Amino acid sequence: MSALGSEQHPLRVAIVGSGPSGFYAGEALIRSGRTVQVDMFERLPAPFGLVRHGVAPDHAKLKEPIRVYDGIARNPQFRFFGNVTVGRDVSVEALRAAYHAVILCSGAETDRRLGIPGEDLSGSHTATEFVGWYNGHPDYRDRSFDLSREVAVIIGQGNVAIDVCRILAKTVDELKHTDIAEHALDALAESRIREIHLVGRRGPAQAKFTNKEFRELGELVDCDPVVEPADVVLGPESLAELNERSGTVAKKNLEILQGFASRPPRGCRRRVFLRFLLSPVELKGTGRLESVVFERNRLEGPAGQQVARGTGQRLELACDLLFRSIGYKGIAMPGLPFDARQGVFPTRDGRILDDAGAVIPGLYASGWIKRGPTGIIGTNRADSVATVGSLLADLPQLDTGPKPGADALSGLLAAGDRRVVSYADWLVIDRAEVERGAAKGKPREKFTRIGEMLALLGVPAP
Amino acid sequence: MTTVVTANCQKCRFTDCVTVCPVACFHGDEEMLYIDNNVCIDCGACVPVCPVHAIFEEADLPEELHIWIEINAERAPGLPSVTEKEDPLPGAEARKAELGY
Repeated sequence: MSALGSEQHPLRVAIVGSGPSGFYAGEALIRSGRTVQVDMFERLPAPFGLVRHGVAPDHAKLKEPIRVYDGIARNPQFRFFGNVTVGRDVSVEALRAAYHAVILCSGAETDRRLGIPGEDLSGSHTATEFVGWYNGHPDYRDRSFDLSREVAVIIGQGNVAIDVCRILAKTVDELKHTDIAEHALDALAESRIREIHLVGRRGPAQAKFTNKEFRELGELVDCDPVVEPADVVLGPESLAELNERSGTVAKKNLEILQGFASRPPRGCRRRVFLRFLLSPVELKGTGRLESVVFERNRLEGPAGQQVARGTGQRLELACDLLFRSIGYKGIAMPGLPFDARQGVFPTRDGRILDDAGAVIPGLYASGWIKRGPTGIIGTNRADSVATVGSLLADLPQLDTGPKPGADALSGLLAAGDRRVVSYADWLVIDRAEVERGAAKGKPREKFTRIGEMLALLGVPAP
Repeated sequence: MTTVVTANCQKCRFTDCVTVCPVACFHGDEEMLYIDNNVCIDCGACVPVCPVHAIFEEADLPEELHIWIEINAERAPGLPSVTEKEDPLPGAEARKAELGY
């Protein structure tokens, strides 16, 4: 029999998830020089994962990787199966039987919890819900956020926290020509928020913002950044961290922060307070959120290993709306081992491991479900190239018999009248979104309900 | 805004940058790499992975390196695309040490 990956004996791979890591895995397979058939499964009718539903609407340029993914999707060796949930509609076992290899690229779909009293009070939300809501993710379409009061608090200082902050801080004019979902723009137009507190448990030297996103907070039309002068004075350990090779980004962030601290306020309608060394210990309120209690921290330990330790000193901040953005976790998949603490599949070089630490043949992972929620879009390209490298190295050990691919799954895929969305179908939805956006001067107006998308494909409403 | 490869890439060409570029905007000649700023999305993924700090976003570009904006813009589009890691130039490690990294 000819070798797996030859014209007579194509390598069939299923990719689960259609975000950056999934598409870059597909690209690496297509470019491998082998004859491959790549089938990508996505639970929504729309592809592109967090590039569509995570990247902030006012960061249009960061959505341009979609052009690259579109090129990959149009390759004859690639097929898209949207509106199919692996683990529910099709099991991982069924995929393993139909393909030589399965690559899980399902991302980190859920938030870490603060684990403090009052976390579930009305008015306390996850950043994921808010991001999904303003980006038109069908799962979050019907969430509502009370923007009718003045003070919002965001717990966490990464790029998602900053996105949430910026969307709350911007004027409608700054957002109305983006692809922000219409329902979100309408709600934000009525927002009465005046103060946004962006709160980190450690100091400015440890904040995870990237420079560009941080700088942007100082460039908003009607919002002043506010910094406590004491917060820009760092201890010797933090200063040492900034001078390390790894401290380049943090050093620049500190300069930006110092710039914010030294500039006169412009008297804007909104203000963003950049706050450090505070950990929330309780959310208080009767029936709904009324305040958050913080414990002040100090940094302890040598440079590079400083940790935030509570000082016992507490302060209470009245607030009406709170978002937690302290990290993300993947969701377990039925039938697969899972590292619940890290929220990832246990892997070695991209190969998924069983509970005893042995490689499960033919099962791979890439992206956030492999390495946790770190890095930016491009980080996933290197990650997926590495995972596909492991897969290609394993070819002689894989079950090299012929595999049917998606043809064997057609019964499962069509069960219950489900409409599987092909890439050609997606392009119909895509064109309709762009068209209805154009009327409003927006790059697109997303469909935010799965039923609306399927209706465009001739599926009657249930 | 743009992102540019500067002088430190010469004699090194480590090419770590191309592995994290989400839009394949790097092009190269024998000497170094250049960014096609018509394609680059300024995500900054490449900046921290360069072993010799050759890549800067425009806002962070030191004054004396501003000439590189034009050099990247002129050179990149006509050169072959580099999308996969290649071996660095001979002597790259020595050059890296010389640059203090």
